[in-house]
Amino acid sequence: MSGLLQEMTEKALKLNIPISVQIDLTYRCNERCVHCYLDHDDHGEMTTAEIKHLLDEMAEAGVFILTLSGGEIFLRKDFFEILEYARLQRGFCVKLKTNAILIGEREAARIRDLGVESIQISIYSHRPEVHDAITLVPGSLKRSLDAVRFLKSQGLRVIMANVLMVQNMRDYPGVRALAEEIGVDTTLDPTITPMMDGDRGVLSLGVGQDTLRQVFRDTALVGDVEEFCAIADPADENSLSSLPCSAGHTNCYVSPYGDVFPCVQFPLPTGNVRNQRFIDIWRHSDQMNEVRSIRLKDLTTCTSCAHVGGCSRCPGLAYQEGNMRGPSSQDCEKSFVKTGVPSANMLAKKRGGANLVQIRSLPTSPNTMQGATA
Amino acid sequence: MSKLYVARNPRVAARGIGGEMMIMSGRDSTLFTLNKTATILWQAADGATPLDEIVQQRICPEFEVQPTEALRDAETLARELAGHGILQVSEEPIPTGNPASGEPQGEKR
Repeated sequence: MSGLLQEMTEKALKLNIPISVQIDLTYRCNERCVHCYLDHDDHGEMTTAEIKHLLDEMAEAGVFILTLSGGEIFLRKDFFEILEYARLQRGFCVKLKTNAILIGEREAARIRDLGVESIQISIYSHRPEVHDAITLVPGSLKRSLDAVRFLKSQGLRVIMANVLMVQNMRDYPGVRALAEEIGVDTTLDPTITPMMDGDRGVLSLGVGQDTLRQVFRDTALVGDVEEFCAIADPADENSLSSLPCSAGHTNCYVSPYGDVFPCVQFPLPTGNVRNQRFIDIWRHSDQMNEVRSIRLKDLTTCTSCAHVGGCSRCPGLAYQEGNMRGPSSQDCEKSFVKTGVPSANMLAKKRGGANLVQIRSLPTSPNTMQGATA
Repeated sequence: MSKLYVARNPRVAARGIGGEMMIMSGRDSTLFTLNKTATILWQAADGATPLDEIVQQRICPEFEVQPTEALRDAETLARELAGHGILQVSEEPIPTGNPASGEPQGEKR
């Protein structure tokens, strides 16, 4: 984060301004990615007028960075009307997230004319047989890459977003090389999000620890490996009083149906803009204020963890595991793979596992039990 | 001396936060904060009002400066902001469609 952006975010935090908001314009999609957490039916999306009204309220509330995502945003016939309104009438800094398969040269030129800040495009592999097997749409890689080139040729900032999963775990160097060749940025994210209905089966697509270990030790991705994989300094009083993340503090998320959540990955309903003003939900929702009240020192299990000072713990994933103050197992695993030191949550689970076996099998020696459950 | 016109660049994003104007350049995503004079200039830059009028009506009353000196400084500032892709500067009126200034629009509903 640049110094000025950091300064702006700190100011927004102090003034309780939601500086950055993501709106999913639709959950409908023209791809069927195997890891996607969304239900792609339309259950009553906000109308054009409702979205424009929301944008008015958000500009009034001080929102500056607006991410338009989905589903696939270009499936909305009013997409450019919404984008034009957001940019020219309300002055947002707009970022787009899309699979881009509906972006041709004409659309790319229009996006440029409207001054979009960046376009993030999902690219899972440099090989069509891998990418298309994830999106379940034949020819989708070619169409997405054509769009990347159209957008790039307009001088736009394009980011290839690569979600790492078992299907494409060997391909991230290929995606990175492709991005370099085209001259665009890349991101790599090994996080798989549970389905909206709570089904966690999709988590089985997550890469194992061996692949994570390899990723975390790739200098091209993490820079200084020793520094990246070092155990964080023990948390002091100041760091324990700090915020777990920006969700609900300077950022939030609005669904296509007007529901407001602290973050796209934090499905705690806090209100709906169809019957409340956006700013009232932001300032006065009990749920939003509960999220806002949590400091690192309030976390169960994590406060006693060796990684608390440097963990990427996602409160939304923790919430989806049943406790927004609890650990997020995916982040525990990342901390462990980085450092080789198990998290407090992992150790607690191990102890819990031992107790369960003890009840069932009554071992003769505690040492045998530890060996059996290690 | 010919008139100078200034307009907000439609590819720029802007928002007033806690009394300070934040600007994100559409050209390279650089973030800027504007000082008080630059903010006044940004808000008044509709492409149709000549710079000398902006100076006379908006800047001089605010800072109690001589119009000639203020106009010279404003012209320098406008060209500097144009160099960053924040404003457009021309000796002719600039048709713009008047992109948003980033200021609050007043309470809704």
